[in-house]
Amino acid sequence: MLRFALRRLLQMIPTVIAVSLLIFVIFSIVPGSIASSMIADGRGTNDPKLVERIKQEFGLDQPVHVRFGNYAWSLAQFDLGTSFRTRQPVSSMIGERLWPTLKLAFAAMCVAIVIGLPLGFIAALKPGSLLDSLTMIGAISGLSLPQFWLGLLVMYLFALTLGWLPSFGYGDGGLRNLILPALTLGVAPLALLARTTRAAVLEVMNADFIRTARSKGMNSFRLVKWHVVRNALVLVITTLGLQFGSMMGQAVVVEKLFSWPGLGSLLIDSVGLRDIPVVQGSILVLVLCFLLVNTLVDVLYAVIDPRISHG
Amino acid sequence: MNGALLEVEDLRIDIGSGESRHNAVENISFSIDRGETFGLVGESGCGKSITALATIGLLRRPLAISGGSIRFKGQDLRSLSAREMRKLRGNRIAMIFQEPMTALNPLSPVGRQIAEMFVLHQGASWHEAERKAVEALASVQVPAPDQRVKNYPHQMSGGMRQRVMIAIALACNPDLLIADEPTTALDVTVQAEILKLMQELCDARGTAVLMISHDLGVIAKMCRRVGVMYAGHMAEERAVADLFRTPAHPYTRGLLGSLPRLGSRGAHGRKRLQEIEGVVPSIAAFPAGCRFEPRCERATAICASTQPGQTDLGNNGFVRCFHHG
Amino acid sequence: MGLRFNLVIGGVLCTLIIGAAVLAPWLANYNPIMDADLMNAELPPDAQFWFGTDAQGRDVFTRILYGAQVSLTVGIGSQLINTTIGLIFGISAGYFGGWWDDLVNGLTNLMLSIPSLIFALAIMAILGPGLVSLLIALGLTNWSWTCRIARSSTLSLKSQGYVQAAKTLGYGDGRIMATQILPNLIGPVLVIATLGMGDAILAEAALSYLGLGIRPPQPSWGNMLTDARELIVIAPWAAIFPGIAIFLTVLGLNLLGDGLRDWLDPQMRTRRA
Repeated sequence: MLRFALRRLLQMIPTVIAVSLLIFVIFSIVPGSIASSMIADGRGTNDPKLVERIKQEFGLDQPVHVRFGNYAWSLAQFDLGTSFRTRQPVSSMIGERLWPTLKLAFAAMCVAIVIGLPLGFIAALKPGSLLDSLTMIGAISGLSLPQFWLGLLVMYLFALTLGWLPSFGYGDGGLRNLILPALTLGVAPLALLARTTRAAVLEVMNADFIRTARSKGMNSFRLVKWHVVRNALVLVITTLGLQFGSMMGQAVVVEKLFSWPGLGSLLIDSVGLRDIPVVQGSILVLVLCFLLVNTLVDVLYAVIDPRISHG
Repeated sequence: MNGALLEVEDLRIDIGSGESRHNAVENISFSIDRGETFGLVGESGCGKSITALATIGLLRRPLAISGGSIRFKGQDLRSLSAREMRKLRGNRIAMIFQEPMTALNPLSPVGRQIAEMFVLHQGASWHEAERKAVEALASVQVPAPDQRVKNYPHQMSGGMRQRVMIAIALACNPDLLIADEPTTALDVTVQAEILKLMQELCDARGTAVLMISHDLGVIAKMCRRVGVMYAGHMAEERAVADLFRTPAHPYTRGLLGSLPRLGSRGAHGRKRLQEIEGVVPSIAAFPAGCRFEPRCERATAICASTQPGQTDLGNNGFVRCFHHG
Repeated sequence: MGLRFNLVIGGVLCTLIIGAAVLAPWLANYNPIMDADLMNAELPPDAQFWFGTDAQGRDVFTRILYGAQVSLTVGIGSQLINTTIGLIFGISAGYFGGWWDDLVNGLTNLMLSIPSLIFALAIMAILGPGLVSLLIALGLTNWSWTCRIARSSTLSLKSQGYVQAAKTLGYGDGRIMATQILPNLIGPVLVIATLGMGDAILAEAALSYLGLGIRPPQPSWGNMLTDARELIVIAPWAAIFPGIAIFLTVLGLNLLGDGLRDWLDPQMRTRRA
């Protein structure tokens, strides 16, 4: 098992390299130089001397392949460069923001799992029932909602109208500030999880080994507990990993809405400021989080399904 | 017939409900004595498996029993509550399925899957049940059973898995074992081993067997009496020896004709398999008269309009055909 | 809540939205940009302004109608690009195999490892706001699933001997791919594109909300919500109606996509029967 986990971790490396290359390429084909767009931002003035100075300071006057060499060399040492704006190392800026984002993402995932998984299960055990229909209508609605709009509504209701919870910010890092953003971010994965769980349970219930289990004379409770749960989870877990990816994307929007001091807000703010090293770094770290979670999910998958690690 | 273990009488099974209701199985009667092996034979789609599932109470929507009775030790199974039926199922009536690849839970060690039987029906603790599972695995002649119980199904061959299935089915010494095409998915050599094993174990324990197969060869090897099913009807029911000597129903003759081994026994030897033309009609399109009529070379006007009744052939055998013999 | 429910409700919703977008100039009583009137700012819905007015006094109903044009353009346009890329890559990878297949596979996996909204955000950051940028950003980032389906279908068609048969008839590679393989893909690709349209509309809304998509004053459902956080207490209608428009459109597309999938997937059909 440990060897399997290690192998999966090593398999991540080429992907990480490819992603960082891709990010570099995207931000190197900017029409117009980064430096001039930095200065031109909003003011329209363009002092050539200033542009030159900035270019030199950040090594932007060098040819692309040299810049890529520098970028790759720094990355290999976990150095994400220096912010154009604050002159701080990007890695320390990201470091401050990483924990709030992870906290938000995992809280949202918990919301999705704790509500979505049982809901999908119950719906599947009584297919065609009222609860099943309501769950499925709710699920497809949840997948069709713009998350930031939903966030706006819960903010309006629970924070601005009822005054139960703070409407924005990180506060002291406690639960009160976390609840609304986590709920907002959790709705889409919740909906998807309910749907996939239902489909998975229905699929498992039709399997031959369930008929075998019935022929043993066990009641429905034991049937579900002994034979359905694990098999359905195997089918669900894969989507869970993928879902985490789109959640990292949505987190950017939700963080902005709730002024949550995470990587997402940093990314958006830096895009506005054309602070390219910070943009690059934030994206890379967000992708890295996603890849790590996916690897974790793969390992979890292997723990549950013996066919994976034996094969 | 009073001492019979299982008596199925006029069993009728329908599929669907309301407007889209069709009859799948009809007028099925047979009985099995204690320790006896009874065969049901016919092409796929004839209703053999449905009959078997009805017997163990595992029919699921849209299939449902709509008439007749199934008596087990004199008790009508249709009158039992779900809870009473569960006590019987697996414990007194057990079943083996066709697909050894998919009939076992892929995520559970086989030992645990056997042990479930002892926990369910004998109130054993898991620890005790796991120990008994090793014995059960040994009884189906799996080598190194104490190691094998830890295996997952994907680590075993098809034959091994079917042995596990037999171990599960016979774990509680049931009175009746239903075997639905137990060897169809296996290699020929493994097939013979598994059949021999089943026979030995059931003989030793006095377990009666309802053996379902499309293969008359298997039936001939295992059973004393056999029922030939076609499109949800019992076409002919005979002692196996009678059936092979004087097949009465044209369908039975067709089935016998497609058996390769019989031909090679005669000096003149058939040149090729004698297949029956056509296919089993689908449930929604059963003919009004004899269900074999569209494929039958002896069919006349009466066959198309009227369902043939039972004709007694002596020695507890009967046939449903206007032109038998 | 079966097959028909999905298709009918989805179809009705989509038809309504398309109608709103196409007929916007005739349905709207105002100009979505020019008819700003601070005297009429933040008016609640009434007979004159059906969905109320926004902070600049513009008619929210009018702006939603015109916003539908943006959303549909982005949805349809980006999916045309995605589908074309996915089909070309997927079919050719499955057809030719070899190093090209490996390359496409690697690229697909790379695309799947970057959350698509973040990818689109990066491209918008480079290209700057605007409709064309949106089409490029959303059109280049979501072709992986189409590509995968196209590739695996091509492989299975190849193994069934379709391709070999066409080759013996003297067909060229291009013709085989276009006439023997492509038609088999239309069903699944249509499903992915329909569901993808919904995702693209959600992404457009999110990007425009963040100020990276459609720039004001041109109306888009996303940028109508940009000021909504400040506005929601005094003029909730200005925040609520654009969201409902997005929701109903995406819901319609999702229902339609689900319905299409169930209809096209024979396995699902027999399970229902």
